[in-house]
Amino acid sequence: MSPFVLVLGLLGLPSAHAATIAMEDQSQLQPSAGHAAVSQFQPPQESELPDNAYGKLVKEGYALFVDTKRLAPTFVGNGLNCSNCHLDQGRLANSAPLWGAYPMYPAYRKKNDKVNTFAERLQGCFQFSMNGGTPPTADSREITALSVYAYWLASKAPLGVELPGRGYPDVAQPAKGYDLSGGAQVYKGQCAVCHGPEGQGQKAGDSYVMPPLWGKDSYNWGAGMHRINTAASFIKHNMPLGKGGSLSDQQAWDVAAYVNSHERPQDPRLVDGSVEKTRVKFHANDGVNLYGQTVEGVLIGQGIR
Amino acid sequence: MMSLERVLIGSALMLLLGNAHALDGKKIFTEGGSQPGAMPCVACHGADGAGLAAAGFPRLAGLPALYVRKQLEDFRRGTRVNPVMQPLANALTDAEIDAVSQALAAMPGAVPQPIHRSEMPIGAAQKLAQQGAWERQIPACASCHGPAGTGVGDTFPPLAGQPATYLAAQLTAWQNGTRHNDPNDLMGHIAKSLTPDEVQGVAQYFASLKLEAKP
Repeated sequence: MSPFVLVLGLLGLPSAHAATIAMEDQSQLQPSAGHAAVSQFQPPQESELPDNAYGKLVKEGYALFVDTKRLAPTFVGNGLNCSNCHLDQGRLANSAPLWGAYPMYPAYRKKNDKVNTFAERLQGCFQFSMNGGTPPTADSREITALSVYAYWLASKAPLGVELPGRGYPDVAQPAKGYDLSGGAQVYKGQCAVCHGPEGQGQKAGDSYVMPPLWGKDSYNWGAGMHRINTAASFIKHNMPLGKGGSLSDQQAWDVAAYVNSHERPQDPRLVDGSVEKTRVKFHANDGVNLYGQTVEGVLIGQGIR
Repeated sequence: MMSLERVLIGSALMLLLGNAHALDGKKIFTEGGSQPGAMPCVACHGADGAGLAAAGFPRLAGLPALYVRKQLEDFRRGTRVNPVMQPLANALTDAEIDAVSQALAAMPGAVPQPIHRSEMPIGAAQKLAQQGAWERQIPACASCHGPAGTGVGDTFPPLAGQPATYLAAQLTAWQNGTRHNDPNDLMGHIAKSLTPDEVQGVAQYFASLKLEAKP
Protein backbone atom coordinates (compact mmCIF):
# COMPACT_ATOMS: atom_id res chain seq x y z
CA MET A 1 0.00 0.00 0.00
CA SER A 2 1.42 3.37 -0.95
CA PRO A 3 1.88 5.94 1.79
CA PHE A 4 -0.36 8.26 -0.18
CA VAL A 5 -3.39 5.97 0.10
CA LEU A 6 -2.70 5.36 3.74
CA VAL A 7 -2.67 9.08 4.47
CA LEU A 8 -5.87 9.59 2.53
CA GLY A 9 -7.48 6.78 4.46
CA LEU A 10 -6.45 8.24 7.77
CA LEU A 11 -7.67 11.64 6.77
CA GLY A 12 -10.88 10.33 5.29
CA LEU A 13 -12.05 8.06 8.05
CA PRO A 14 -12.28 10.43 10.98
CA SER A 15 -13.92 13.18 8.96
CA ALA A 16 -16.50 10.80 7.50
CA HIS A 17 -17.15 9.53 10.99
CA ALA A 18 -17.62 13.04 12.34
CA ALA A 19 -20.00 13.87 9.51
CA THR A 20 -22.08 10.80 10.33
CA ILE A 21 -22.48 11.89 13.92
CA ALA A 22 -23.35 15.45 13.02
CA MET A 23 -26.06 14.37 10.60
CA GLU A 24 -27.44 11.54 12.69
CA ASP A 25 -31.17 11.96 12.99
CA GLN A 26 -31.89 11.32 16.64
CA SER A 27 -35.63 11.20 16.12
CA GLN A 28 -35.32 8.11 13.90
CA LEU A 29 -34.80 4.58 15.13
CA GLN A 30 -31.21 3.52 15.45
CA PRO A 31 -30.31 0.44 13.42
CA SER A 32 -29.10 -1.37 16.53
CA ALA A 33 -32.45 -1.10 18.25
CA GLY A 34 -33.92 -4.58 18.29
CA HIS A 35 -37.61 -5.03 18.89
CA ALA A 36 -37.57 -8.54 20.24
CA ALA A 37 -38.57 -7.16 23.61
CA VAL A 38 -37.99 -9.40 26.56
CA SER A 39 -39.82 -7.16 28.97
CA GLN A 40 -42.01 -4.39 27.66
CA PHE A 41 -42.28 -1.02 29.30
CA GLN A 42 -45.61 -0.71 31.10
CA PRO A 43 -47.23 2.73 31.08
CA PRO A 44 -49.39 3.59 34.10
CA GLN A 45 -53.11 2.86 34.25
CA GLU A 46 -55.79 5.53 34.10
CA SER A 47 -57.03 4.33 37.47
CA GLU A 48 -53.71 5.51 38.95
CA LEU A 49 -54.27 9.10 37.88
CA PRO A 50 -54.27 11.53 40.77
CA ASP A 51 -57.40 13.62 41.32
CA ASN A 52 -55.70 16.98 40.96
CA ALA A 53 -54.80 19.58 38.37
CA TYR A 54 -52.14 17.31 36.86
CA GLY A 55 -54.53 14.36 36.55
CA LYS A 56 -57.09 16.64 34.98
CA LEU A 57 -54.61 17.82 32.35
CA VAL A 58 -53.57 14.24 31.59
CA LYS A 59 -57.24 13.46 30.92
CA GLU A 60 -57.49 16.51 28.69
CA GLY A 61 -54.46 15.30 26.75
CA TYR A 62 -56.03 11.85 26.46
CA ALA A 63 -59.24 13.41 25.11
CA LEU A 64 -57.29 15.42 22.52
CA PHE A 65 -55.25 12.39 21.54
CA VAL A 66 -58.21 10.12 20.80
CA ASP A 67 -60.72 12.76 19.61
CA THR A 68 -58.37 15.22 17.91
CA LYS A 69 -60.51 16.16 14.95
CA ARG A 70 -63.52 17.06 17.11
CA LEU A 71 -61.65 18.80 19.94
CA ALA A 72 -58.98 20.68 17.95
CA PRO A 73 -60.75 21.37 14.65
CA THR A 74 -58.70 24.52 13.99
CA PHE A 75 -55.53 22.46 13.88
CA VAL A 76 -56.79 19.34 12.09
CA GLY A 77 -57.29 19.78 8.36
CA ASN A 78 -58.15 16.17 7.61
CA GLY A 79 -60.28 13.45 9.22
CA LEU A 80 -57.69 11.91 11.52
CA ASN A 81 -57.08 11.49 15.24
CA CYS A 82 -53.65 10.93 16.81
CA SER A 83 -54.84 7.49 17.93
CA ASN A 84 -55.26 6.35 14.30
CA CYS A 85 -51.50 5.80 13.97
CA HIS A 86 -50.65 5.47 17.68
CA LEU A 87 -52.91 2.58 18.63
CA ASP A 88 -54.30 1.89 22.08
CA GLN A 89 -54.39 5.59 22.96
CA GLY A 90 -50.65 5.90 22.35
CA ARG A 91 -49.83 2.99 24.65
CA LEU A 92 -49.16 0.13 22.23
CA ALA A 93 -45.61 -1.09 21.65
CA ASN A 94 -44.49 -1.07 17.97
CA SER A 95 -47.20 1.48 17.27
CA ALA A 96 -45.10 4.57 18.04
CA PRO A 97 -46.14 4.67 21.71
CA LEU A 98 -45.87 8.02 23.48
CA TRP A 99 -43.86 6.45 26.30
CA GLY A 100 -41.22 5.54 23.71
CA ALA A 101 -41.12 9.02 22.19
CA TYR A 102 -41.33 11.39 25.14
CA PRO A 103 -38.04 10.42 26.85
CA MET A 104 -36.11 10.79 23.55
CA TYR A 105 -36.65 14.54 23.21
CA PRO A 106 -35.13 17.09 22.75
CA ALA A 107 -33.54 15.51 19.68
CA TYR A 108 -31.93 16.59 16.45
CA ARG A 109 -34.20 15.96 13.45
CA LYS A 110 -33.01 15.93 9.89
CA LYS A 111 -36.53 16.88 8.83
CA ASN A 112 -36.10 20.48 9.96
CA ASP A 113 -32.35 20.39 10.61
CA LYS A 114 -32.45 21.46 14.24
CA VAL A 115 -32.83 20.17 17.75
CA ASN A 116 -36.55 19.78 18.40
CA THR A 117 -38.28 19.91 21.74
CA PHE A 118 -41.14 17.51 22.30
CA ALA A 119 -43.53 20.43 21.77
CA GLU A 120 -41.97 21.08 18.36
CA ARG A 121 -42.27 17.39 17.54
CA LEU A 122 -46.01 17.55 18.33
CA GLN A 123 -46.34 20.66 16.18
CA GLY A 124 -44.85 18.63 13.33
CA CYS A 125 -47.58 15.99 13.81
CA PHE A 126 -50.24 18.68 13.50
CA GLN A 127 -48.66 20.26 10.44
CA PHE A 128 -48.09 17.07 8.48
CA SER A 129 -49.98 14.04 9.79
CA MET A 130 -53.05 16.11 10.64
CA ASN A 131 -52.61 18.46 7.65
CA GLY A 132 -53.50 21.26 10.03
CA GLY A 133 -51.85 24.36 8.60
CA THR A 134 -50.22 26.55 11.26
CA PRO A 135 -49.88 24.30 14.31
CA PRO A 136 -50.89 25.27 17.86
CA THR A 137 -48.21 27.33 19.60
CA ALA A 138 -45.76 25.57 21.91
CA ASP A 139 -47.48 27.05 24.98
CA SER A 140 -51.02 26.40 23.71
CA ARG A 141 -53.54 24.37 25.67
CA GLU A 142 -53.39 21.62 23.02
CA ILE A 143 -49.60 21.15 23.01
CA THR A 144 -49.45 21.43 26.81
CA ALA A 145 -52.18 18.85 27.39
CA LEU A 146 -50.73 16.42 24.85
CA SER A 147 -47.23 16.84 26.31
CA VAL A 148 -48.53 16.18 29.80
CA TYR A 149 -50.36 13.08 28.56
CA ALA A 150 -47.17 11.81 26.91
CA TYR A 151 -45.11 12.61 30.00
CA TRP A 152 -47.57 10.70 32.16
CA LEU A 153 -47.49 7.65 29.87
CA ALA A 154 -43.69 7.74 30.13
CA SER A 155 -43.78 7.76 33.94
CA LYS A 156 -40.74 5.91 35.29
CA ALA A 157 -39.27 5.42 31.81
CA PRO A 158 -35.53 6.15 31.60
CA LEU A 159 -34.57 9.42 29.88
CA GLY A 160 -32.75 9.21 26.56
CA VAL A 161 -32.95 5.44 26.37
CA GLU A 162 -34.43 3.70 23.33
CA LEU A 163 -37.06 1.46 24.83
CA PRO A 164 -38.01 -1.74 23.00
CA GLY A 165 -41.25 -1.15 21.12
CA ARG A 166 -40.47 2.47 20.35
CA GLY A 167 -41.63 3.81 16.98
CA TYR A 168 -42.56 1.32 14.31
CA PRO A 169 -39.62 -1.09 14.33
CA ASP A 170 -38.08 -1.26 10.87
CA VAL A 171 -39.22 -3.96 8.48
CA ALA A 172 -36.45 -4.21 5.91
CA GLN A 173 -37.36 -3.82 2.27
CA PRO A 174 -37.67 -7.27 0.67
CA ALA A 175 -34.97 -8.27 -1.82
CA LYS A 176 -37.51 -8.03 -4.64
CA GLY A 177 -38.40 -4.48 -3.65
CA TYR A 178 -42.11 -3.69 -3.71
CA ASP A 179 -44.86 -4.23 -6.22
CA LEU A 180 -47.84 -1.88 -6.59
CA SER A 181 -50.11 -4.44 -8.24
CA GLY A 182 -49.36 -6.93 -5.48
CA GLY A 183 -50.20 -4.14 -3.06
CA ALA A 184 -53.52 -3.54 -4.78
CA GLN A 185 -54.37 -7.22 -4.25
CA VAL A 186 -53.47 -7.11 -0.56
CA TYR A 187 -55.46 -3.90 -0.19
CA LYS A 188 -58.54 -5.38 -1.81
CA GLY A 189 -58.39 -8.56 0.23
CA GLN A 190 -57.42 -7.23 3.65
CA CYS A 191 -57.86 -3.46 3.94
CA ALA A 192 -60.81 -2.34 1.83
CA VAL A 193 -63.39 -3.89 4.17
CA CYS A 194 -62.57 -1.17 6.71
CA HIS A 195 -60.80 1.62 4.80
CA GLY A 196 -63.03 1.42 1.72
CA PRO A 197 -62.22 0.45 -1.87
CA GLU A 198 -60.96 3.98 -2.60
CA GLY A 199 -59.05 4.44 0.64
CA GLN A 200 -61.72 6.87 1.75
CA GLY A 201 -62.26 5.44 5.23
CA GLN A 202 -65.68 4.92 6.79
CA LYS A 203 -67.76 7.17 8.98
CA ALA A 204 -70.43 6.85 11.62
CA GLY A 205 -72.45 10.03 11.41
CA ASP A 206 -70.03 12.77 10.39
CA SER A 207 -66.87 11.45 11.99
CA TYR A 208 -64.50 8.80 10.75
CA VAL A 209 -64.39 5.43 12.46
CA MET A 210 -61.90 3.88 10.03
CA PRO A 211 -59.43 6.53 8.89
CA PRO A 212 -59.01 7.55 5.25
CA LEU A 213 -55.64 6.39 3.87
CA TRP A 214 -55.43 8.77 0.96
CA GLY A 215 -57.38 11.65 -0.50
CA LYS A 216 -58.17 15.04 1.02
CA ASP A 217 -58.96 13.76 4.53
CA SER A 218 -55.73 11.80 5.03
CA TYR A 219 -52.14 12.70 6.01
CA ASN A 220 -50.29 15.03 3.67
CA TRP A 221 -47.19 14.48 1.55
CA GLY A 222 -44.98 15.81 4.33
CA ALA A 223 -46.09 13.27 6.96
CA GLY A 224 -43.69 10.52 8.00
CA MET A 225 -46.35 7.96 7.04
CA HIS A 226 -45.97 8.94 3.36
CA ARG A 227 -42.67 7.04 3.41
CA ILE A 228 -43.26 3.52 2.17
CA ASN A 229 -40.76 2.12 4.66
CA THR A 230 -42.54 3.79 7.59
CA ALA A 231 -46.00 2.73 6.42
CA ALA A 232 -44.74 -0.82 5.79
CA SER A 233 -43.42 -1.03 9.35
CA PHE A 234 -46.64 0.36 10.80
CA ILE A 235 -48.74 -2.04 8.72
CA LYS A 236 -46.59 -5.09 9.44
CA HIS A 237 -46.81 -4.59 13.19
CA ASN A 238 -50.36 -3.29 13.49
CA MET A 239 -52.62 -4.16 10.56
CA PRO A 240 -55.20 -5.52 10.01
CA LEU A 241 -56.40 -4.17 13.35
CA GLY A 242 -55.97 -6.85 16.01
CA LYS A 243 -54.06 -9.10 13.58
CA GLY A 244 -50.68 -7.38 13.64
CA GLY A 245 -47.84 -9.49 12.28
CA SER A 246 -50.14 -11.54 10.04
CA LEU A 247 -48.95 -10.02 6.74
CA SER A 248 -45.61 -11.04 5.27
CA ASP A 249 -42.90 -8.38 4.94
CA GLN A 250 -43.50 -8.44 1.20
CA GLN A 251 -47.26 -7.88 1.61
CA ALA A 252 -46.65 -5.05 4.07
CA TRP A 253 -44.26 -3.31 1.66
CA ASP A 254 -46.48 -3.88 -1.36
CA VAL A 255 -49.59 -2.52 0.30
CA ALA A 256 -47.71 0.39 1.90
CA ALA A 257 -46.44 1.37 -1.56
CA TYR A 258 -49.93 0.99 -3.02
CA VAL A 259 -51.43 3.27 -0.34
CA ASN A 260 -48.64 5.82 -0.69
CA SER A 261 -48.87 5.92 -4.47
CA HIS A 262 -52.21 7.71 -4.15
CA GLU A 263 -52.73 11.45 -4.00
CA ARG A 264 -53.11 13.25 -0.69
CA PRO A 265 -52.86 16.87 0.46
CA GLN A 266 -49.75 18.68 -0.77
CA ASP A 267 -46.57 18.91 1.30
CA PRO A 268 -46.98 22.25 3.12
CA ARG A 269 -43.24 22.89 2.54
CA LEU A 270 -43.87 23.05 -1.24
CA VAL A 271 -40.94 24.96 -2.77
CA ASP A 272 -41.86 27.65 -5.34
CA GLY A 273 -44.97 25.70 -6.27
CA SER A 274 -42.73 23.01 -7.77
CA VAL A 275 -43.13 19.32 -6.99
CA GLU A 276 -39.67 18.67 -8.44
CA LYS A 277 -37.95 21.29 -6.27
CA THR A 278 -39.84 19.97 -3.24
CA ARG A 279 -38.78 16.42 -4.09
CA VAL A 280 -35.14 17.41 -4.34
CA LYS A 281 -35.17 19.40 -1.11
CA PHE A 282 -37.34 17.26 1.14
CA HIS A 283 -38.02 13.84 -0.35
CA ALA A 284 -34.91 12.70 -2.21
CA ASN A 285 -33.22 11.62 1.02
CA ASP A 286 -36.28 10.75 3.08
CA GLY A 287 -36.47 6.97 3.13
CA VAL A 288 -38.38 5.22 0.37
CA ASN A 289 -41.15 7.36 -1.11
CA LEU A 290 -42.86 8.10 -4.40
CA TYR A 291 -43.20 11.87 -4.05
CA GLY A 292 -42.23 13.64 -7.26
CA GLN A 293 -41.82 10.39 -9.17
CA THR A 294 -43.75 9.33 -12.22
CA VAL A 295 -45.69 6.09 -11.91
CA GLU A 296 -47.41 4.74 -15.02
CA GLY A 297 -47.09 8.12 -16.67
CA VAL A 298 -48.58 10.08 -13.77
CA LEU A 299 -46.61 12.49 -11.60
CA ILE A 300 -47.10 11.56 -7.94
CA GLY A 301 -47.21 14.38 -5.39
CA GLN A 302 -49.41 16.90 -7.16
CA GLY A 303 -51.52 17.12 -4.04
CA ILE A 304 -55.26 17.13 -3.56
CA ARG A 305 -57.50 19.66 -1.93
CA MET B 1 -90.39 -10.62 -38.21
CA MET B 2 -90.75 -11.58 -34.60
CA SER B 3 -91.14 -15.29 -33.91
CA LEU B 4 -93.72 -16.56 -31.46
CA GLU B 5 -90.89 -17.97 -29.38
CA ARG B 6 -89.36 -14.53 -29.01
CA VAL B 7 -92.64 -13.00 -28.00
CA LEU B 8 -93.14 -15.68 -25.40
CA ILE B 9 -89.66 -15.27 -23.96
CA GLY B 10 -90.15 -11.54 -23.95
CA SER B 11 -93.43 -11.83 -22.11
CA ALA B 12 -91.97 -14.26 -19.60
CA LEU B 13 -89.11 -11.86 -18.92
CA MET B 14 -91.52 -8.99 -18.50
CA LEU B 15 -93.51 -11.04 -16.05
CA LEU B 16 -90.42 -11.99 -14.06
CA LEU B 17 -89.08 -8.47 -13.96
CA GLY B 18 -92.49 -7.07 -13.17
CA ASN B 19 -92.88 -9.62 -10.42
CA ALA B 20 -89.52 -8.89 -8.82
CA HIS B 21 -90.29 -5.25 -8.91
CA ALA B 22 -93.71 -5.71 -7.41
CA LEU B 23 -92.41 -7.89 -4.55
CA ASP B 24 -93.44 -6.11 -1.42
CA GLY B 25 -90.78 -6.48 1.22
CA LYS B 26 -93.01 -5.08 3.91
CA LYS B 27 -95.59 -7.74 3.07
CA ILE B 28 -92.96 -10.47 3.48
CA PHE B 29 -92.10 -8.92 6.84
CA THR B 30 -95.71 -8.98 8.04
CA GLU B 31 -97.12 -12.01 6.21
CA GLY B 32 -94.16 -14.16 5.19
CA GLY B 33 -92.84 -15.38 1.85
CA SER B 34 -94.55 -17.28 -0.95
CA GLN B 35 -93.18 -20.73 -0.10
CA PRO B 36 -94.10 -22.99 2.81
CA GLY B 37 -92.00 -22.32 5.91
CA ALA B 38 -91.25 -18.69 5.00
CA MET B 39 -92.76 -17.35 8.16
CA PRO B 40 -93.25 -13.62 8.70
CA CYS B 41 -90.44 -11.74 10.47
CA VAL B 42 -93.00 -9.93 12.58
CA ALA B 43 -93.72 -13.10 14.54
CA CYS B 44 -90.44 -12.88 16.44
CA HIS B 45 -88.96 -9.48 15.63
CA GLY B 46 -92.07 -7.47 16.51
CA ALA B 47 -94.44 -5.27 14.56
CA ASP B 48 -91.97 -2.43 14.36
CA GLY B 49 -88.99 -4.73 13.79
CA ALA B 50 -87.49 -3.61 17.07
CA GLY B 51 -86.88 -7.18 18.24
CA LEU B 52 -87.87 -8.83 21.50
CA ALA B 53 -85.20 -8.31 24.10
CA ALA B 54 -86.56 -10.81 26.63
CA ALA B 55 -86.31 -13.61 24.08
CA GLY B 56 -83.01 -12.40 22.61
CA PHE B 57 -84.53 -11.66 19.18
CA PRO B 58 -82.56 -8.82 17.60
CA ARG B 59 -83.77 -5.54 16.21
CA LEU B 60 -83.92 -5.61 12.41
CA ALA B 61 -85.48 -2.25 11.63
CA GLY B 62 -82.96 0.15 10.15
CA LEU B 63 -80.21 -2.44 9.57
CA PRO B 64 -78.33 -1.99 6.29
CA ALA B 65 -80.00 -3.95 3.47
CA LEU B 66 -76.72 -5.54 2.34
CA TYR B 67 -76.00 -6.72 5.87
CA VAL B 68 -79.45 -8.34 6.26
CA ARG B 69 -79.23 -9.94 2.84
CA LYS B 70 -75.82 -11.39 3.65
CA GLN B 71 -77.06 -12.79 6.95
CA LEU B 72 -80.02 -14.52 5.26
CA GLU B 73 -77.70 -15.94 2.61
CA ASP B 74 -75.28 -17.07 5.32
CA PHE B 75 -78.09 -18.85 7.17
CA ARG B 76 -78.74 -20.76 3.94
CA ARG B 77 -75.06 -21.44 3.45
CA GLY B 78 -74.63 -22.65 7.01
CA THR B 79 -71.89 -20.17 7.90
CA ARG B 80 -74.33 -18.78 10.45
CA VAL B 81 -76.12 -21.52 12.35
CA ASN B 82 -79.57 -20.96 13.86
CA PRO B 83 -82.31 -23.59 14.08
CA VAL B 84 -85.12 -21.09 13.48
CA MET B 85 -83.54 -18.82 10.91
CA GLN B 86 -81.90 -21.46 8.70
CA PRO B 87 -85.10 -23.21 7.50
CA LEU B 88 -86.74 -19.82 7.20
CA ALA B 89 -83.98 -18.40 5.03
CA ASN B 90 -84.08 -21.55 2.91
CA ALA B 91 -87.78 -21.01 2.32
CA LEU B 92 -87.28 -17.47 0.99
CA THR B 93 -86.56 -16.91 -2.68
CA ASP B 94 -83.60 -14.73 -3.70
CA ALA B 95 -85.99 -12.00 -4.77
CA GLU B 96 -87.82 -12.21 -1.45
CA ILE B 97 -84.55 -11.92 0.47
CA ASP B 98 -83.72 -8.83 -1.55
CA ALA B 99 -87.11 -7.27 -1.02
CA VAL B 100 -87.37 -7.94 2.71
CA SER B 101 -83.78 -6.70 3.27
CA GLN B 102 -84.63 -3.43 1.62
CA ALA B 103 -87.90 -3.10 3.48
CA LEU B 104 -86.12 -3.62 6.82
CA ALA B 105 -83.47 -1.04 5.97
CA ALA B 106 -86.22 1.46 5.20
CA MET B 107 -88.03 0.88 8.51
CA PRO B 108 -87.33 3.52 11.13
CA GLY B 109 -84.55 2.24 13.34
CA ALA B 110 -83.20 3.76 16.49
CA VAL B 111 -80.12 5.93 16.74
CA PRO B 112 -77.84 5.63 19.73
CA GLN B 113 -77.09 8.79 21.66
CA PRO B 114 -73.67 10.07 20.64
CA ILE B 115 -70.67 8.91 22.64
CA HIS B 116 -67.40 10.71 22.09
CA ARG B 117 -64.05 8.97 22.15
CA SER B 118 -62.84 11.67 24.54
CA GLU B 119 -64.95 10.24 27.37
CA MET B 120 -62.61 8.13 29.45
CA PRO B 121 -64.37 4.80 30.04
CA ILE B 122 -65.50 3.66 33.47
CA GLY B 123 -65.46 -0.01 34.37
CA ALA B 124 -64.08 -3.10 32.66
CA ALA B 125 -66.82 -3.63 30.05
CA GLN B 126 -66.87 -0.03 28.88
CA LYS B 127 -63.08 -0.04 28.77
CA LEU B 128 -63.07 -3.13 26.57
CA ALA B 129 -65.76 -1.61 24.33
CA GLN B 130 -64.07 1.77 23.94
CA GLN B 131 -60.35 0.97 24.27
CA GLY B 132 -59.94 -2.77 23.76
CA ALA B 133 -57.48 -5.02 25.59
CA TRP B 134 -54.34 -4.65 23.57
CA GLU B 135 -52.19 -6.74 25.90
CA ARG B 136 -54.18 -9.58 24.27
CA GLN B 137 -54.37 -7.95 20.81
CA ILE B 138 -58.07 -7.19 21.27
CA PRO B 139 -59.12 -3.96 19.55
CA ALA B 140 -61.95 -1.85 20.93
CA CYS B 141 -65.48 -2.81 19.77
CA ALA B 142 -65.83 0.91 18.97
CA SER B 143 -62.97 0.81 16.46
CA CYS B 144 -65.19 -1.07 13.98
CA HIS B 145 -68.75 -0.58 15.25
CA GLY B 146 -68.34 3.12 16.06
CA PRO B 147 -67.87 4.85 19.43
CA ALA B 148 -71.60 4.77 20.14
CA GLY B 149 -72.09 1.28 18.69
CA THR B 150 -74.02 2.73 15.76
CA GLY B 151 -72.57 0.30 13.28
CA VAL B 152 -70.40 1.31 10.31
CA GLY B 153 -71.21 0.76 6.65
CA ASP B 154 -72.77 -2.47 5.39
CA THR B 155 -70.34 -4.81 7.12
CA PHE B 156 -70.19 -3.74 10.78
CA PRO B 157 -73.69 -3.91 12.30
CA PRO B 158 -75.05 -1.72 15.07
CA LEU B 159 -74.59 -3.06 18.58
CA ALA B 160 -76.23 -0.31 20.62
CA GLY B 161 -79.66 -1.27 21.83
CA GLN B 162 -79.50 -4.87 20.64
CA PRO B 163 -80.60 -7.33 23.33
CA ALA B 164 -77.77 -8.44 25.63
CA THR B 165 -78.76 -12.08 25.23
CA TYR B 166 -78.56 -11.72 21.44
CA LEU B 167 -75.13 -10.04 21.52
CA ALA B 168 -73.75 -12.58 23.99
CA ALA B 169 -75.17 -15.46 21.93
CA GLN B 170 -73.43 -14.14 18.81
CA LEU B 171 -70.06 -13.76 20.53
CA THR B 172 -70.45 -17.29 21.88
CA ALA B 173 -71.37 -18.54 18.40
CA TRP B 174 -68.17 -17.02 17.04
CA GLN B 175 -66.21 -18.63 19.83
CA ASN B 176 -67.55 -22.10 19.10
CA GLY B 177 -67.55 -21.64 15.34
CA THR B 178 -71.30 -21.91 14.72
CA ARG B 179 -71.08 -18.40 13.32
CA HIS B 180 -68.17 -17.83 10.96
CA ASN B 181 -69.56 -15.52 8.32
CA ASP B 182 -67.39 -12.46 8.97
CA PRO B 183 -64.85 -11.13 6.47
CA ASN B 184 -61.32 -12.41 7.15
CA ASP B 185 -62.35 -13.82 10.56
CA LEU B 186 -62.23 -10.26 11.89
CA MET B 187 -64.87 -10.89 14.55
CA GLY B 188 -64.13 -14.55 15.12
CA HIS B 189 -60.53 -14.11 16.19
CA ILE B 190 -61.51 -11.33 18.57
CA ALA B 191 -64.44 -13.26 20.06
CA LYS B 192 -62.16 -16.22 20.73
CA SER B 193 -59.95 -14.01 22.90
CA LEU B 194 -62.80 -12.90 25.16
CA THR B 195 -63.51 -14.47 28.54
CA PRO B 196 -67.11 -15.46 29.41
CA ASP B 197 -67.27 -12.46 31.77
CA GLU B 198 -66.14 -10.13 29.01
CA VAL B 199 -68.75 -11.53 26.61
CA GLN B 200 -71.49 -10.81 29.16
CA GLY B 201 -69.97 -7.46 30.05
CA VAL B 202 -69.76 -5.96 26.57
CA ALA B 203 -73.14 -7.46 25.61
CA GLN B 204 -74.77 -5.75 28.55
CA TYR B 205 -72.87 -2.53 27.94
CA PHE B 206 -74.10 -2.16 24.36
CA ALA B 207 -77.61 -3.32 25.25
CA SER B 208 -77.77 -0.61 27.90
CA LEU B 209 -76.86 2.28 25.61
CA LYS B 210 -79.68 4.79 25.35
CA LEU B 211 -81.43 5.13 22.03
CA GLU B 212 -83.17 8.07 20.49
CA ALA B 213 -86.05 7.43 18.12
CA LYS B 214 -85.07 8.14 14.54
CA PRO B 215 -87.02 11.16 13.31
